Amino acid sequence: MIKAILIFNNHGKPRLSKFYQPYVNTQQQIIRETFHLVSKRDENVCNFLEGGLLIGGSDNKLIYRHYATLYFVFCVDSSESELGILDLIQVFVETLDKCFENVCELDLIFHVDKVHNILAEMVMGGMVLETNMNEIVTQIDAQNKLEKSEAGLAGAPARAVSAVKNMNLPEIPRNINIGDISIKVPNLPSFK
Amino acid sequence: MPAPIRLRELIRTIRTARTQAEEREMIQKECAAIRSSFREEDNTYRCRNVAKLLYMHMLGYPAHFGQLECFKLIASQKFTDKRIGYLGAMLLLDERQDVHLLMTNCIKNDLNHSTQFVQGLALCTLGCMGSSEMCRDLAGEVEKLLKTSNSYLRKKAALCAVHVIRKVPELMEMFLPATKNLLNEKNHGVLHTSVVLLTEMCERSPDMLAHFRKNEKLVPQLVRILKNLIMSGYSPEHDVSGISDPFLQVRILRLLRILGRNDDDSSEAMNDILAQVATNTETSKNVGNAILYETVLTIMDIKSESGLRVLAINILGRFLLNNDKNIRYVALTSLLKTVQTDHNAVQRHRSTIVDCLKDLDVSIKRRAMELSFALVNGNNIRGMMKELLYFLDSCEPEFKADCASGIFLAAEKYAPSKRWHIDTIMRVLTTAGSYVRDDAVPNLIQLITNSVEMHAYTVQRLYKAILGDYSQQPLVQVAAWCIGEYGDLLVSGQCEEEEPIQVTEDEVLDILESVLISNMSTSVTRGYALTAIMKLSTRFTCTVNRIKKVVSIYGSSIDVELQQRAVEYNALFKKYDHMRSALLERMPVMEKVTTNGPTEIVQTNGETEPAPLETKPPPSGPQPTSQANDLLDLLGGNDITPVIPTAPTSKPSSAGGELLDLLGDINLTGAPAAAPAPASVPQISQPPFLLDGLSSQPLFNDIAAGIPSITAYSKNGLKIEFTFERSNTNPSVTVITIQASNSTELDMTDFVFQAAVPKTFQLQLLSPSSSIVPAFNTGTITQVIKVLNPQKQQLRMRIKLTYNHKGSAMQDLAEVNNFPPQSWQ
Repeated sequence: MIKAILIFNNHGKPRLSKFYQPYVNTQQQIIRETFHLVSKRDENVCNFLEGGLLIGGSDNKLIYRHYATLYFVFCVDSSESELGILDLIQVFVETLDKCFENVCELDLIFHVDKVHNILAEMVMGGMVLETNMNEIVTQIDAQNKLEKSEAGLAGAPARAVSAVKNMNLPEIPRNINIGDISIKVPNLPSFK
Repeated sequence: MPAPIRLRELIRTIRTARTQAEEREMIQKECAAIRSSFREEDNTYRCRNVAKLLYMHMLGYPAHFGQLECFKLIASQKFTDKRIGYLGAMLLLDERQDVHLLMTNCIKNDLNHSTQFVQGLALCTLGCMGSSEMCRDLAGEVEKLLKTSNSYLRKKAALCAVHVIRKVPELMEMFLPATKNLLNEKNHGVLHTSVVLLTEMCERSPDMLAHFRKNEKLVPQLVRILKNLIMSGYSPEHDVSGISDPFLQVRILRLLRILGRNDDDSSEAMNDILAQVATNTETSKNVGNAILYETVLTIMDIKSESGLRVLAINILGRFLLNNDKNIRYVALTSLLKTVQTDHNAVQRHRSTIVDCLKDLDVSIKRRAMELSFALVNGNNIRGMMKELLYFLDSCEPEFKADCASGIFLAAEKYAPSKRWHIDTIMRVLTTAGSYVRDDAVPNLIQLITNSVEMHAYTVQRLYKAILGDYSQQPLVQVAAWCIGEYGDLLVSGQCEEEEPIQVTEDEVLDILESVLISNMSTSVTRGYALTAIMKLSTRFTCTVNRIKKVVSIYGSSIDVELQQRAVEYNALFKKYDHMRSALLERMPVMEKVTTNGPTEIVQTNGETEPAPLETKPPPSGPQPTSQANDLLDLLGGNDITPVIPTAPTSKPSSAGGELLDLLGDINLTGAPAAAPAPASVPQISQPPFLLDGLSSQPLFNDIAAGIPSITAYSKNGLKIEFTFERSNTNPSVTVITIQASNSTELDMTDFVFQAAVPKTFQLQLLSPSSSIVPAFNTGTITQVIKVLNPQKQQLRMRIKLTYNHKGSAMQDLAEVNNFPPQSWQ
């Protein structure tokens, strides 16, 4: 099973942390320790590492991928296939890309809750739930729509704005410019 | 109270903080605002506040005051609230806080909600952090959802069921009926999670495993699904880099592995599909390799036919040549697992593996090193050792200790010649001398002693090695010991193997003195050096005065160990000069013993403290009686506190001299030499003056000390008696001598005695005196059993006797429970 999923940037700042086993009081330390281990790695070595002491020592492995400024680290135990998890990370990132349109670190920073929701559709209780990207995106879209119909996190003020937007007012021409109109009398030869 | 700021605003604000202190300040301010907002029980903004709280929690700030708010959100009717509420529950709570039980009712209601997404949220939360109480309460609901036709919910319910089973294994049977139809689904998500559920059930309970194998015909179903996946051609939904749902394939392969393990029928049923997957999968991308890797692991684990196994190992060999580091790492790991069972097949790839030793990647190097040690055998030892020594030269420090130990082990097992062995050890000591483990030094010394013809060569090489540099402690210790023992060979310049060097006695003493003085030498090393200098006093002829001076200087050393040694040696010079040459004679050939128990003491005493006081003089040189008597006088004199005179492990027959006659009857050897303790055990009480002299305790309490013997077995004319001895030096060892006698009128032949003890004990059975118990009690078979009882538990034993009597084979089992308390307390 997957013990933890961590995303942090090149300086060690956590962008997402999800633990599937109760690690009390040591969560921040685990993030720091993992960052130390992973940042020391060279670019062209393999993507597998023994886990640090806090996260379970050599029984657990850290499988990581480095994308631009972010490290995606999955801490797994021996029941998971290492190459399979590598593929899973790839699918996760591609899904994020689809949901956020060319995802970058800022997207992850400002929409942490959405990333959690996407992750919850892929991994549940430390086990892989769904790996089909389209399926996941469909579910997420449906849930977001449900949220939007309740006006979402933004709460009351946004409801007012959307209420105004939904009012069915008759079409009012925006630009009425009455200066400078030369009213042309139409040539009405056909008029008798 | 102004509206709480939005999450986005908060994040933006925090990012503008330039120092940690600024960030903390902002967060504290916001926390205060959130807390007052919570107090006001504001429903509209609660979800916003909790979202902010979760963000701050991720950054590492305390957020526990939001836990109750999460519950209020979960209880709300709005989907948005529920979503954030459940997320908060998963992140902030875990099963150790009692508060989480409040969620149980909410989850129960939500599991029956009309909106599938709400049900999904509830399942997700339960599956992530449900405690065993919650799982027990809600298992029924989960089971109901497992049977629904909604695939979105079904897959979540399957994983939730896995979590429930993990927390409360007894509930496994509850989910059994629901699993019947799981594999008939078309939806891959459901298939995937169903396979996970079945895997978990099979791994947890062997009964389930058997059930699935026989009744459910699981294997044919899985084979069918796998076949469809491979043959189905391009399916855009599940395609990952050209392969159709590799995740599902990998999961099914894993389940097949569990089903096929140790089961011939299942293994046979899956042979074909495995061969198909192995040959048809594309290997250009990582996905293909992931599937192949899983297939190989499955083939190796089940009872597959040999052709398939060879195919699997060849795939691994191909992996080794792949450019991708991950693939190579994975290949090395699997080869390590299979090298025990398919040794020959893995040997074929030896050269590739050895090349991996030169890789830049640390993880790969470590795997390659372990695998290389596993592949060493008598044929390839020379080539492999060359590569391994080169590796030892150039590898990172964290590997050196393991590599050195591995090389020593391999060299010991497969050394083609003594000279090669010594050369290899020298090479290791000089390249990685400071990383060699401490227990290697005594082993090496013992090895050198045993290769008698190589002494001159060895000491010469060691001398040359420390001439330049004496900072590597294990090297210096071994060298000092050898120079002390064989210094005469060194200065005499006789060496057949190599060009002899000209060394004078003074030069040798120079080097030993510099070791003594040097700041880099540890206290142990200094001890070695001082003793070596002392031994040279009998081997060298012209420098005895110099040695005397050196020894007397250290009589006032601050180091207590050195001081004691120096004072004793000084006394040797002054009062016991006539005994000096006998005491400092060459060491006898030591027997290598590798068992537990009292031998540990004997070995280390004999080697790490090469004190000149030995109870048995070594075989070289005749033993004039006067010297032997003098030795006895010394031991009787008690002037010098004797180092515990445990006997060295030489066989009694190899030591010569009258001294031995006196010691001969006494079983002073704690060593399990092949000779069993005969019925001379009761005679341990003579000669009295010798025992007085050994004023340190005798090794064994004898029968006179009063452990009663017992009759362990008496049936059909066969009687077995146990007599006991306890070791004083190791109080958890009991030595039992069994005597088997036969009162019938026919001999019992092919008599075999076997014994078993409970798990906390360790047992060692020595060879019996014979295998025939003569009739009419005319003789007995004796055998020695050693029992190690570190936890001082009551001794119990089960014995099994087999023998031939009156033409028929007899066998009997018995339990011995009447051990006297003194034998194990």
